[in-house]
Amino acid sequence: MATKEERPQVLENREEPKEEGELPLVVVLRSKNFNLPLEDRLQSHFHLLDPNDSPDESTESFLSRHAHSARALLCVGLTPLTADTIGLLPSLELVVGSSAGVEHIDLHECRRRGIMVTSASAAFSEDAADYAVALLIDVLRRIAAADRFVRGRLWPVKGEHPLGFKLGGKRVGIVGLGNIGSQIAKRLVAFGCSIAYNSRKKKPSVPFPYYANVGDLAANSDVLIVSCALTEDTHHIINKDVMTALGKEGVIINVGRGPLVDEKELVQFLVRGEIGGAGLDVFENEPDVPKELFKLDNVVLSPHCAVVTLESFAALQDLVMANLKAFFSNKPLVSLVQNE
Amino acid sequence: MATEDNEVEDHRPLVLIHHLPSFKLPLQDRLITHFRLFDSLASPEASSVRALICVGPTPVTADNLDHLPSLRLVVGSSAGLDHVDLAECRRRGISVTNSGDAYSENVADYAVALLLDVLRRVSAADRFVRSGLWPQMGEYPLGCKLGGKRIGIVGLGSIGSEVAKRLVAFGCTVAYNSRNKKPSVLYPYYANVHDLAVNSDVLIVCCALTNETHHIINKDVLTALGREGVIINVGRGALVDEKELVQFLVQGEIGGAGLDVFENEPNVPKELFALDNVVLSPHLAVSTPESFEALNELIIANLKAFFSNKPLLSPF
Repeated sequence: MATKEERPQVLENREEPKEEGELPLVVVLRSKNFNLPLEDRLQSHFHLLDPNDSPDESTESFLSRHAHSARALLCVGLTPLTADTIGLLPSLELVVGSSAGVEHIDLHECRRRGIMVTSASAAFSEDAADYAVALLIDVLRRIAAADRFVRGRLWPVKGEHPLGFKLGGKRVGIVGLGNIGSQIAKRLVAFGCSIAYNSRKKKPSVPFPYYANVGDLAANSDVLIVSCALTEDTHHIINKDVMTALGKEGVIINVGRGPLVDEKELVQFLVRGEIGGAGLDVFENEPDVPKELFKLDNVVLSPHCAVVTLESFAALQDLVMANLKAFFSNKPLVSLVQNE
Repeated sequence: MATEDNEVEDHRPLVLIHHLPSFKLPLQDRLITHFRLFDSLASPEASSVRALICVGPTPVTADNLDHLPSLRLVVGSSAGLDHVDLAECRRRGISVTNSGDAYSENVADYAVALLLDVLRRVSAADRFVRSGLWPQMGEYPLGCKLGGKRIGIVGLGSIGSEVAKRLVAFGCTVAYNSRNKKPSVLYPYYANVHDLAVNSDVLIVCCALTNETHHIINKDVLTALGREGVIINVGRGALVDEKELVQFLVQGEIGGAGLDVFENEPNVPKELFALDNVVLSPHLAVSTPESFEALNELIIANLKAFFSNKPLLSPF
């Protein structure tokens, strides 16, 4: 029973919590060791059905027994939501994603069943954009390399330290001008970069030049920043042709998903000096990172943490709550994924 | 007056390249088209030379000036002029030029990069991955969001203004301290650095080093900034009380620091090497091929203006 003292300290929640019997059901799908601090806040407003609470029972059995009338499901982290699981939830109308991407959710099946999906990319977009810019300046100005140089006690040894390159004036090609891509563009304009983009469709309200395919974007850019969703169409969207078109001085920044880039090819290009550098937060087979990259000073590597800040997790909680509350009050969802 | 025609006589004006042995002027070869160069105070030409280029932090002292009786112009090649005896130049009627805006964007980019790196732990993350720890340890510590941070800029000159412009695009708020309030600037002004620190999450030091600004970031200011505060220094090492800063960092009394300059370069306090909330760099904030080109053009333009009795482009 949700009582006053169990109400979360967040002041925005002014609604009276209902009796538990009246609380809407929400299925929680998460892998066992994945603990997002979302659940405390959710428990005052929703009756959570988490298969992990019944560890002796299979997920299938749990859901079949308890979740028949559940209309909403919260997908925690990157836990896959398959057609099979969806099949166990005949009343499902809403899937709430809690990560920047939704490729781990079977969107075809959701579409077929008429199930709405919300993403959390709006909660993360500023932090992801900040990180993309951080990686880019870091690669161009060799900041991580300089820090290594100093920490390795090399500075007093008066070596020639290679120069970095100026950011301003660079032609930046953004692959995927969604929430994150737009925030990246806004920041880089302030540094004096020029922006162009590729997206599934041209966006009429956007002032930047549009290229219908990534190869043409690459041919006209000094930098490519990959911030699009991973789908069947975008797998290895950055391939050998695109890297060749980008050129020997080109820089690739990936804050999307590892498989957006043909990683084997990229490593070859980097090792042979056929591309200028790369900043990579994601990889095809995390947490494995190609060891050849460890020796390179024109590469900055990071362990999939582009969105990981205290602030973005707080924003995530707010967004998940907002979507669920809107759904159960028959109001428009806050961050519905539009199916095109 | 230097002309572009090919004439039998050499009309190129004489210029002294004043440099410490370990410092070279980038793109020096480009100057030869326009000027006759020599580089020793012991040379007989020292008595007649009217202009010198000061390379990097090479000091220009009263003693140097005693050997240069005809000198009327010192062309600086760095953003700061603290190594030039400005009072002595003034006394002798010698004009001084600095690097103007040639470096401002580069330094501003670098300051923002250092700040992002400290807050989002970019270099530390790179170390984490390169050391092979990711598969073992999985989780990586949370960073701090840049947007919404209150940035205090110490010295709102051309560099400070470029820093402000960039950080506003990230959703930060900006306030500043300068020798004087700037009437055309909309950001809040604080008359002293302590008050700026009290009202900031981050301090970015971009001011010139003078007698007044030595150790302008001191224990008091660091305390006022607070345990979560971050300091970025792209000015001069001596603007910050380095001993104090190291103590604050080691004791966890400040959130982090990004440092391109140090009190005793190239020596960097070793205690900093163990810290993940610090990003260290070997005085590179200005250094890109593009800024060296821009600087070179500015040096040539200042010298040409001087030798044609026209106004200098970047007088200090």
